[in-house]
Amino acid sequence: MPAKSKSPLNTYLEHLEKGELAYQFSPAAGKAVFYPRLVCPFTGSTDLEWRVSKGLGTVYSTTVVHPPKGNPYNVALIDCDEGFRLMSRVEDIDPMRVQIGQRVRLRVHRPGGEEPPMPVFVPVEGRA
Amino acid sequence: MSTVADGLKRGSAAIVGVAESDLGEVADGMSVIDLMAQGVARALDDCGLTLKDVDGVFSATTQSRLSVLALCEYLGLDPRFTGSTIVGGSSFEYHVAHAMSAIERGLCSVAVIAYGSTQRSIGRKQASVREINPYESPFNPFMPSSAYAMAAARHMHQYGTTREQLAAVAVAAREWAQLNPAAWDRKPLTIQDVLSARMVSYPFTVRDCCLVTDGGGAVIVTSADRARSLKKKPAYVLGCGQSTTHSAISSMPDLTVTGAVASGKAAYAMARLGPADVDVFELYDAFTINTILFLEDLGVCKKGEGGAFVEGGRIGPKGSLPVNTNGGGLSYCHPGMYGLFLLIEAVRQLRGECGERQVKDCEVAVAHGNGGVLSSQATVILGNEATV
Repeated sequence: MPAKSKSPLNTYLEHLEKGELAYQFSPAAGKAVFYPRLVCPFTGSTDLEWRVSKGLGTVYSTTVVHPPKGNPYNVALIDCDEGFRLMSRVEDIDPMRVQIGQRVRLRVHRPGGEEPPMPVFVPVEGRA
Repeated sequence: MSTVADGLKRGSAAIVGVAESDLGEVADGMSVIDLMAQGVARALDDCGLTLKDVDGVFSATTQSRLSVLALCEYLGLDPRFTGSTIVGGSSFEYHVAHAMSAIERGLCSVAVIAYGSTQRSIGRKQASVREINPYESPFNPFMPSSAYAMAAARHMHQYGTTREQLAAVAVAAREWAQLNPAAWDRKPLTIQDVLSARMVSYPFTVRDCCLVTDGGGAVIVTSADRARSLKKKPAYVLGCGQSTTHSAISSMPDLTVTGAVASGKAAYAMARLGPADVDVFELYDAFTINTILFLEDLGVCKKGEGGAFVEGGRIGPKGSLPVNTNGGGLSYCHPGMYGLFLLIEAVRQLRGECGERQVKDCEVAVAHGNGGVLSSQATVILGNEATV
């Protein structure tokens, strides 16, 4: 029986468990790839390298969700310095004060229980 | 960008019959296939064809996995050609291109395109399966609103677009709806009303977001030759274009530029027309930002100028450019996949059937569909007899 491929999601989550935000790099394209996958969307190559982000980024866009019950909360898109974008949220700040262009730093949030860790962000010191 | 339109012949097919099913909040126990079938029967009646003439069936809905089979069974059809492309609300604009292609190739001669939804009656959560995206869902975005809200926020940041300008889109849609007896919400609406409504996902209040209604309908497509012998004036398909840029909002390359740039370019090229030739735009307004983005991306105004463009009632009934003349997804009807209604209204405008909301001398109409979270864009340009 041929070896099973490990899922990109599980590799990603293993890094998060270690406190790391992992992404992929496509040598053929010379570009970062996110979300993690088996095939490079730029070239079709199956050769994708795993890398670990330095965890610094910039808010690309932001919204504040107002649920029917409970407090409003932030949802944001973050452009990491390595050249990939992900959905996340910015914590430690009033959700309405999250600004596009704001510099942010990774913090791995561990919800506990069955929930896997999540990459959230906080304002870079002095810029909040 | 898809190349499906490249092989299509301008004006080779036409939409000849259109109809809504029951809309708004439909009778208890009504199924989505009931609504599709009701739409098909009405649309056939609209053009004078019968079920015996139908040999192509296209459908899309979120509430039936194999809807084209269910619809064929219901109507007693064994068509030569079926299509079930489902790319969200723009599916029906894709179906028009696919039906036209099948008709040109002789794979079918009369195609119905049908839609049905009972999302208001059964609740939005029941109407479509929730898909977990492990890279987005943990952050609890309120989808699809939060995705469009982030596009709006980015547009505001880059171009200075204001919440008042977004609200102007909702107000214009409501003013059109007041001229449409079939519209769901016809109460007066002001910019202040939009701004002070319940916040959903900043910068959107509930009035920046489409309605949640039931509804469905059908359109009938046949060859241009056959179209000329039917009851109503044909709406010729002059141009089609499609573009799919992403699925999830975190993978959208630029939140201020949609695939409508590519789909519009392809459709205009096939139609040999430009934005200035269009008399009415039916644009998929799931959210107020959509109308602004599509006016820009379809070349009506420059990128970044859409907010200023919609100010002062310019796209309303008293304005200079008629947009979303049925009241749109914001005020007329939005059962979840609104794209079929864009085609219905565009055809009615070209025929001159729109009563109080009729656009004068309407010869060219654009129906621009959007699906997912700005993910799939499809432009259909329709024209009356004078344009072919």
